[in-house]
Amino acid sequence: MSTNMLTLARKSLLEPAGLGETELMRLIGQLMSGSVDYGDLYFQYSRHESWSLEEGKVKSGSHSIEQGVGVRAVAGEKTGFAYSDEIVLPALLEAAGAARAIVQQGAQARVPVAFRGEAGRQLYRPDDPLASLPDEAKVKLLERVEQEARAQDPRVKQVMASLASTHEVILVARSDGTIAGDVRPLVRLNVTVIVESNGRREQGSSGGGGRFTYDYFARADQALSYAREAVRQALVNLDAVEAPAGTMPVVLGPGWPGILLHEAIGHGLESDFNRKGTSAFAGKLGQRVASEQCTVVDDGTIPDRRGSLNVDDEGTTTQKTVLIENGILKGYMQDTLNARLMGVAPTGNGRRESYAHLPMPRMTNTYMLAGKYDPGEIIASVERGLYAVNFGGGQVDITSGKFVFSASEAYLIENGKITRPVKGATLIGNGPDVLTRVSMVGNDLQLDPGVGTCGKEGQSVPVGVGQPTLKIDSLTVGGTQG
Amino acid sequence: MSALVTSPAVADKESRARLSAVVEYVLAEARKSGASAAEAGVNISQGLSLTVRLGEVETVEHTRDKGMGVTVYFGQRTASASTTDFSETALRETVRAACTIAKYTAEDDCAGLADPERLAKDIPDLDLHHPWNPSTERAIELSRAAESAARGLDKRITNSEGGSLSTHEGLEVYGNTHGFLGTVAATRHSLSVSVIAQDDSGMQRDYWYTVARAAAGLESPEKVGLEAARRSLRRLGSRKLSTRDCPVLYEAPLASSLLSHLVSAVRGSSLYRQASFLLDSIGKPVFADFVRIHEQPHLKGAQGSAAFDSEGVATKPRDLVRDGILQGYVLDSYSARKLKMATTGNAGGVHNLTIEPGRDDLAALLKRMHTGLLVTELIGFGVNMVTGDYSRGAAGFWVENGEIQYPVEEITIAGNLKDMFQHIAAVGSDVDARGNIRSGSILIESMTVAGS
Repeated sequence: MSTNMLTLARKSLLEPAGLGETELMRLIGQLMSGSVDYGDLYFQYSRHESWSLEEGKVKSGSHSIEQGVGVRAVAGEKTGFAYSDEIVLPALLEAAGAARAIVQQGAQARVPVAFRGEAGRQLYRPDDPLASLPDEAKVKLLERVEQEARAQDPRVKQVMASLASTHEVILVARSDGTIAGDVRPLVRLNVTVIVESNGRREQGSSGGGGRFTYDYFARADQALSYAREAVRQALVNLDAVEAPAGTMPVVLGPGWPGILLHEAIGHGLESDFNRKGTSAFAGKLGQRVASEQCTVVDDGTIPDRRGSLNVDDEGTTTQKTVLIENGILKGYMQDTLNARLMGVAPTGNGRRESYAHLPMPRMTNTYMLAGKYDPGEIIASVERGLYAVNFGGGQVDITSGKFVFSASEAYLIENGKITRPVKGATLIGNGPDVLTRVSMVGNDLQLDPGVGTCGKEGQSVPVGVGQPTLKIDSLTVGGTQG
Repeated sequence: MSALVTSPAVADKESRARLSAVVEYVLAEARKSGASAAEAGVNISQGLSLTVRLGEVETVEHTRDKGMGVTVYFGQRTASASTTDFSETALRETVRAACTIAKYTAEDDCAGLADPERLAKDIPDLDLHHPWNPSTERAIELSRAAESAARGLDKRITNSEGGSLSTHEGLEVYGNTHGFLGTVAATRHSLSVSVIAQDDSGMQRDYWYTVARAAAGLESPEKVGLEAARRSLRRLGSRKLSTRDCPVLYEAPLASSLLSHLVSAVRGSSLYRQASFLLDSIGKPVFADFVRIHEQPHLKGAQGSAAFDSEGVATKPRDLVRDGILQGYVLDSYSARKLKMATTGNAGGVHNLTIEPGRDDLAALLKRMHTGLLVTELIGFGVNMVTGDYSRGAAGFWVENGEIQYPVEEITIAGNLKDMFQHIAAVGSDVDARGNIRSGSILIESMTVAGS
């Protein structure tokens, strides 16, 4: 099945440029001089479109095409990188010459005699989402979303909705003879509403998507459910009071609040920071970093998920990697460079924003496995605390381990009951110990709806998160009511 | 190793002519396809980014990019498309893609090019283009010198994320069917260092950088390295604070973030969507009465300088806030029409937005604050532009009697931007002019600090 992906990738990336295995070998030969340990070529073609609606009208749409080849030579800890947005042999030879210049000229290194296709996975269909719906229907879909939002409540004053998709084909050829291809669809629909009541305005947002076509949004009224959810959130916030300030028990809802894991431990467990000793988690392998109830994985193999990949951007087949098992730190997320330098196997986490960026260890779908508690029981156990169910973004300082994530929908818990909604507030904690204070893990594991984008060193990639309801015994809540 | 990059000049006469020809070809294709109006922007750029870590070269990246974006108008319908391929076939297909989308977008009264009378006529030279092309050896030498200055300062600097040099040259041509054609050639060079300090209390990382249009405008590698090391070292032994209300002093490099929130709030697109906490605020006191915030688009060699905005509209120096009162919004042609106002030449953003500095340097501001929090790092995105509610992660120093007492971390600072703007107590003379928003340190009378 997966050779199918490679065949498709060859067809759309190599054949139009008149490139075959002979030319790829020649390019790799050009890359591999004396002390170059590893080299790769990353071919990419992607088309992207977006349609946006505001004030009841789809006022604008856009379309873009991006293509090129990234060429990398690695010698020890050194990386040389160049790229070309023209997929033609002379430009690629020049890029290869620039990339390899990190090392002195030397004897020709060994180059493989033949390529071997990487098995890869078949997690999604290689469909072109842009072509999955007539343009007219895309416009209609957004209009229906808008009408649904307005129909919810007369206090809805503004509805903004957008529909976007990407059709991406990649092919990786490596100096160790591995060749891999992937065809990656990605769609997304977002709704933001602004509601107004008695002069007070609030907003709510919702959305979702994944690696499939626009058909998904038509199924089970999926798109309309985002509209209803955005309005619900905004109306809740109309009644929100000032958020509390200080350290208190925090219960996080299931699904998207898993951004906690992404920030608190995910980035800190990317292997580049650990190889270099700059992560607060460096040297903690085998140690307790979470309570016994916590098992956290990074899983690039879930069908259709936004963070999933058949092969990563270095041509390595993706996998499910256990990061934390029953509270003990088990492993890091690896790309090929850091895996080789650390003497371990890559984990399929080598990712890059595009051909014009260097790959590095990145997350795919990061989540915590379900525990044994009923969510109601967890809330009932809190005398006074915060229940946070929706979040905006988050960020982490890898070295100090301090991380934040900002709630956009939260409630007070008083005497075991959810009482009043409170305004959004930032929660701050320390990555290496926050999970040691997880005292209850729910039985309601959920993954996020497919909205995550992760930024690292200026590169954005789509990711997923998830978790069951969980209770952190103490976390700092950044409200204004001390 | 040195002669590895063949550097065809990005902004020579030939490139300018070639890009202008691409713009004209695209505009003509759009006309041919029936568009009543069109605009196109074309850019090419190249650069080198290099990092030295622990004295050894870590990465050498050669960048070379190009792109073309076109927006077509069919009466009041519009759509856009872009490509990285400059072949005639690809350009034609890109125009066609935009025209296809425009069949399905809705009529919009306010859509259209900028009004012809507002387009820039004289385009002054703003001194933005100073190609450098250092050899790879030279770039390694500078990065290494900066990193080693940092590593040599104190034995508690135990690790490093490296010293990095980056140099970038770009050429952009924008044209539209009103006959406007403008060209901007610009360079940007920077040197940065990020190091890790460590003692029994743990690890702390901080960084420093210098950026300039011309290589001669960069701070010395030693200065950059020493400042990075000093900033990392001073964070060692950070503690939490207990929850309290107190004055907060934003160190200059962070103070610009407050002004960027102002820009988001008075941007036309936020206003007509009612997604701002500053609706209908022109003529109203938004800041403390001594505050002046102005745009200086024509500063020579500055990071945010531009003779025309991304629609070709002439930029003008102006006061955005005078005596604390909001004087205008940040508008492009579209949002201006929506608001029944005139564009302010801000398609694509503000240009060297500057808050008028006060007389106090950072030390004097600390004295003035007496007791409170000096913030030197902010993390997270906890700002709600609809309500102005503000809550972000912070690190910095606790200050008593005008003197720094100890470093603090794992705290949040919270308030509402409306109140925070009204309660700016002072602006420092220590202006950080490295970015497009220029500010000295800013003292806010009171915010809520949440901690242990």
